[in-house]
Amino acid sequence: MRTMLFLLRKEFKQLFRDRFIGKAIFAIPIVQMLVLVPAITYEIRDVKMCIVDHDQSVESRKLVSQLEGSSFFRVKYTTFSEREANDLMHRDKVDLILQIPSGFGRETGRGNPVRLMVTANAINASRAQLAWGYFSGVMRDYQMNLVTAKAGTASLTMPRIDLTSRHWYNESLNYIYYMLPGVLGILVAAIGFMLAGLNMVKEKESGTIEQINVTPVRKYQFIAAKMIPYIVIGLIDLAIGISLGMLAFGMPFEGSAALLFLSSFIFMIGALGLALLISTITSSQQQYMFAGFFFLIIFMLMSGIFTPMDSMPAWAQKINLLNPVAYIMRINRMIMLKGSTFADISRDIFSLLVLSVLFTFFAIRKYRKTV
Amino acid sequence: MNQAILSEDIRKSFGEVKALQGVSLDVGRGEIFGLIGPDGAGKTTLFRIITTLMLPDAGRMTVLGLDAVSGYKTLRRKIGYMPGRFSLYQDLSVEENLHFYATVFGTTVRENYDLIADIYSHIEPFKKRLAGQLSGGMKQKLALSCALIHKPELLVLDEPTTGVDAVSRKEFWEMLKKLQQKGITILVSTPYMDEATLCDRVALIQGGRILDVDTPRRITEKFPHRIFQVRSDEMFRLITDLRDFKKAGSVFAFGQYVHFTGLDDEVECVELDNYLDKLNHTNVLVEEIAPGIEDVFIHLMKVS
Repeated sequence: MRTMLFLLRKEFKQLFRDRFIGKAIFAIPIVQMLVLVPAITYEIRDVKMCIVDHDQSVESRKLVSQLEGSSFFRVKYTTFSEREANDLMHRDKVDLILQIPSGFGRETGRGNPVRLMVTANAINASRAQLAWGYFSGVMRDYQMNLVTAKAGTASLTMPRIDLTSRHWYNESLNYIYYMLPGVLGILVAAIGFMLAGLNMVKEKESGTIEQINVTPVRKYQFIAAKMIPYIVIGLIDLAIGISLGMLAFGMPFEGSAALLFLSSFIFMIGALGLALLISTITSSQQQYMFAGFFFLIIFMLMSGIFTPMDSMPAWAQKINLLNPVAYIMRINRMIMLKGSTFADISRDIFSLLVLSVLFTFFAIRKYRKTV
Repeated sequence: MNQAILSEDIRKSFGEVKALQGVSLDVGRGEIFGLIGPDGAGKTTLFRIITTLMLPDAGRMTVLGLDAVSGYKTLRRKIGYMPGRFSLYQDLSVEENLHFYATVFGTTVRENYDLIADIYSHIEPFKKRLAGQLSGGMKQKLALSCALIHKPELLVLDEPTTGVDAVSRKEFWEMLKKLQQKGITILVSTPYMDEATLCDRVALIQGGRILDVDTPRRITEKFPHRIFQVRSDEMFRLITDLRDFKKAGSVFAFGQYVHFTGLDDEVECVELDNYLDKLNHTNVLVEEIAPGIEDVFIHLMKVS
């Protein structure tokens, strides 16, 4: 036990002696929170539009002004030439082209069907899709106005269904609330996975592990002394991140903080176990960086932080069963946004626990054999 | 049990490479025992097996009366090991390194200070300095202090003087002699033949095999031939000309001299002198010398 204490003291000393890392481990959560969270957002504003109005009627102008009235669209160009409009799209000046055919006003006045042509720049597929979604929303409103205006005289002969929606757990559909718990997960993962792993390989690379191995220090003591500092730092960073999120972005925190920290603790053991496992099969910090980066990227992008996991193919969802980041992503969101209790998310927590124990078990076994 | 190390037919391979091919030797307690051999001879592998860092493929290794495989836990408290590469924490200070190694062995610096006082006093003025910023000689002294801080019975030093200046090397060997007087068995490897003469006994190792084990003096005495050192103004031509000499046995460069051994011991100085004169060598010097360990080594390598 005393040996453990000496080892820990050494680890902390070395950690904070490194001028850069000693500061960076606390600066990182602050920067990540303040930069990453507001930066990664799906909300789009100011979709640049080009209107090709061949009609020039009262109705067509009404449609355009309704589009302009919404906060999403900005009519930047109007032209009569389809070619010019396409050229603007080509030069990345506009995101959306709306072509109104001549006779639009006349035909709608008569109650005949009309075709509008919309072209969206789909270089960024999700942006195009969202722009299209907003656009159809505006069109629906326009159509409804048209129908009611006509029906007003005919004293409501059309059946009318009004949809009222509420977005539970994130009423205002604030993307910051959606991203923040995810970024917290990534933050904790990066600390444990990269820093701890590199530290482990460093001992191997510089040969210091050789000198440790001839002392009576047991392997499990050595490993534990490597893991504990990063677990402590990870949890402190988590606390900094949450406080910052609540202060700077008014992030709601519905659930139990203790449950969140418990889950993150389990998650860190898994991340560190995996880091240790990779460190046993790599022999230089460069090799570790490469391997570690590979896993971190895969885990992060597949975790569901950007794209909902439900929309991934079935095989990808299977892979995610082994992805600790996917679990913590879900757990964080459930606790912070929904206020889930242990009973609600016990399945995820237990799976994460099993995964963490497995990673660490294999890592220690492999470590014993190789080093 | 007065053997510190008893190695019986130790074998170790790394894939295709046979690092040790049946090494048997014994090191007595209180000896300074030298392991002499070129790079890649298997010195470090043997040391790693002795210090319980590696398991042999075959053979038995008994260290301080304990089996190196099954008794590793007890052994680690009794062995001090200084790897060939500086392996202390470069980002910890001199003092911190020493204290750290003392504590993981469950002792304190004060308790065993007298053992390292001689060595540590040289670097104590720099105790606040980070180990990574020390000079080569100081690093070596710190490493030795750390290897000694738990009062080991056996000290294993892997090429401790490689890359260290001549003065520090001399100092280092004086320290080893003092440690020996305190009853510590010392096993040291070196690629420097001149250091071999400072050991009580040496083993010559090459290609994972022990060529010979004896005192440095007896090893050179056993050399079966007369040996001449030859010098002239044209070193390179001298070597080729001597090799062309009809009674030439072995000819190799040794510093600014060429060491010459005849096919038989009938060759005399005058004979060589005349031969070289005829070939227009200038400033020729030929004299018979006592063989050194290096001569023996080269001879043994040829024989085996």
